[in-house]
Amino acid sequence: MKHLLSTRDLSRVDAVRILDLAEDMADVATRAVPKLPTLRGKTVANLFFEDSTRTRLSFEAAAKRLSAEVITFSAKGSSVSKGESLKDTAQTIAAMGVDAVVLRHPASGAAATLAGSGWIDAAVVNAGDGTHEHPTQGLLDAYSIRKRLHGAGSRGRDLDGVRVTIVGDIVHSRVARSNVWLLSTLGAEVSLVAPATLLPGSIERWPVTAGHDLDAAIAARPDALMMLRVQAERMTSGFFPNEREYAREWGLSAERFARLGADTMVLHPGPMNRGLEISSAAADSARSVVLEQVTNGVSIRMAVLYLVLSGNDGTDA
Amino acid sequence: MTQHLLITAATLPDGTRADLRVQDGAIVETGSGLSADGGRVIDADGLQALPGLVDLHTHLREPGFEQSETVLTGTRAAAAGGFTVVHAMANTLPVQDTAGVVEQVASLGAQHGYATVRPVGAVTVGLGGERLSEIGAMAASRAAVRVFSDDGKCVSDALLMRRALEYVKTFDGVVAQHAQEPRLTEGAQMNEGALSSELGLAGWPAVAEESIIARDVLLAQHVGARLHICHVSTAGSVDIVRWAKARGIDVTAEVTPHHLLLTEQLAATYDPHYKVNPPLRREEDVLALRAALADGTIDIVATDHAPHPVEAKECAWPEAAVGMVGLESALAVVQEAMVETGLLDWSGVARVLSTTPARIGRVTGYDAPLAVGSPANITLVDAAARSDFDVARLHGMSVNSPFLGRSLPGRVMAVVHDGRPTVLDGALLEPAEVTTA
Ligand SMILES: [Zn+2]
Repeated sequence: MKHLLSTRDLSRVDAVRILDLAEDMADVATRAVPKLPTLRGKTVANLFFEDSTRTRLSFEAAAKRLSAEVITFSAKGSSVSKGESLKDTAQTIAAMGVDAVVLRHPASGAAATLAGSGWIDAAVVNAGDGTHEHPTQGLLDAYSIRKRLHGAGSRGRDLDGVRVTIVGDIVHSRVARSNVWLLSTLGAEVSLVAPATLLPGSIERWPVTAGHDLDAAIAARPDALMMLRVQAERMTSGFFPNEREYAREWGLSAERFARLGADTMVLHPGPMNRGLEISSAAADSARSVVLEQVTNGVSIRMAVLYLVLSGNDGTDA
Repeated sequence: MTQHLLITAATLPDGTRADLRVQDGAIVETGSGLSADGGRVIDADGLQALPGLVDLHTHLREPGFEQSETVLTGTRAAAAGGFTVVHAMANTLPVQDTAGVVEQVASLGAQHGYATVRPVGAVTVGLGGERLSEIGAMAASRAAVRVFSDDGKCVSDALLMRRALEYVKTFDGVVAQHAQEPRLTEGAQMNEGALSSELGLAGWPAVAEESIIARDVLLAQHVGARLHICHVSTAGSVDIVRWAKARGIDVTAEVTPHHLLLTEQLAATYDPHYKVNPPLRREEDVLALRAALADGTIDIVATDHAPHPVEAKECAWPEAAVGMVGLESALAVVQEAMVETGLLDWSGVARVLSTTPARIGRVTGYDAPLAVGSPANITLVDAAARSDFDVARLHGMSVNSPFLGRSLPGRVMAVVHDGRPTVLDGALLEPAEVTTA
């Protein structure tokens, strides 16, 4: 695997191999010294044109556990100066001898552009590009669902027949896209629930069913319910009237959570808006996978960095 | 300065062959076995003769954006593509909204000599969409402006559009509308549909174009004015224009070469060379546009030649500038999309790329193409040629063509502008050989 740009182009075999490798990486964390020498001498650059402390820290932890050097360029600090182009920044860090670039960028397609540009030789890992994809988030969600369902017996398994419902701002969500492609590739049945304004206008090419009724979705007892974060700007640009109405119609309130199937797990990519798309009752319950998602994120990113940096990953078959 | 030329054995648009003798800027004799009379002979045996091409929609960028294009480089690109007239859009800096600016642009064109430059006047002051610009002054100026457009921006205010249509009528002008409802296209990046959803690029919905066209044809009918629609890009727009023409509304429409050949699927590469406004659409739109051009619903092809410096396209898609250069590739693309497919013959090409755009722009001398007495504006094409379109074919300042590397038919071998060659033996002449200054 030279780059990881999207989950759209991952095969089921490749996806399961990444999840299995992440299981191995997770085992490392349980050791007395949770560190592997695998990527010693390699340098990973976190190139964040958009602020995301959570994702950046997760990639940093993953790289360090594999003994790689980490350089961080963040829009928040001074290292990515305002207005500096993707090309110039990428070439600058490439000149420092970087083996992989973890790119977060507000523009859809930025990772694909960087990988295909010829500006740099380094591997590119998409850490979120605009409203396009966030493939490591999709992978960690799939991993988390599999782990909850199969525990120690997860290795080698796909998600055949697992029913996952994703609720919220689908149209602007890179998390939703990466999950839709990956989960359906793994055999899951994916359904989407959102107001019509937040569903893509034409999703006939998407391998999903779509609806507007969260109560009906809950009554259908899915295996996993994924609540997406609502951005305040969606309200101001008229996608829905106000927070109250959104929470009433599409929020996982305590009352709705009480009606949720006993074995339905609840996911959220974070950061959560408690009281809006998710209640504390749901977020803090035993059925919540939210903290496992964070833990698993490090394992997934270790696996991905290992695959793009080790050259031979055996997933080309 | 007068030149005597004899073009021998050219194939005319109607398929017949003839010699054309040119003297003092005009075609003075046609027939066979004509004498060169001591003038230069252009052997056109096997070449297709067309009237000089007329582009109703060109961005020359001067004054103000000379890092992208100038009147000189843009008209060199025009000549290389077979054009003898270009209409220079108003989104310069300063904007072409006064007599002074349009006269300056027109005179630069006249001085360089590669093509006649007909400036387009802004409809509103500074393209601001609020107050009418000095349309009368521009019409009465030495530039004799007849086409008015805020291109790049839509005249979206309905009352202002009504007034513009009415006022421009006073001067036998036409408003060329860039049909794009601004609120429906905020942040828009590509055609709205299943693919834009997948790619996470904000959609530019067809309805944003079609709703403005529907409103404007009704306004044109209401006030009895002439209306021109720029770069029609959707099957739905074609339906509305067809309906309007059937009702007798005085509307004309253009399509760009790229909308006749390329589809939105190219956006999946995230290569900003395919980013353009209006965006590339679906295959069914492309087919509807071709059919509409063939049956006359769409009147003309116009390039929307939009040069940008390299850095404006060397970035992520949403950050890239919109637009493509098109003058040098237009005829080849029309041949590929319309002639090779049997939808248009060469007289049809002459109609959509010369006679009709000249009529819409009120450009004189193009109503009797290649006839004795007409000004000598002639383009000779080797229609049998085919090659990969490469950067050597581009003669403007910018190279943001979506056609680079694509196999295209036809090659412009010679161009005569007002009796003087600008292209000979397939090569663009140097400025000193062309200038009239
Ligand atoms: Zn336009």
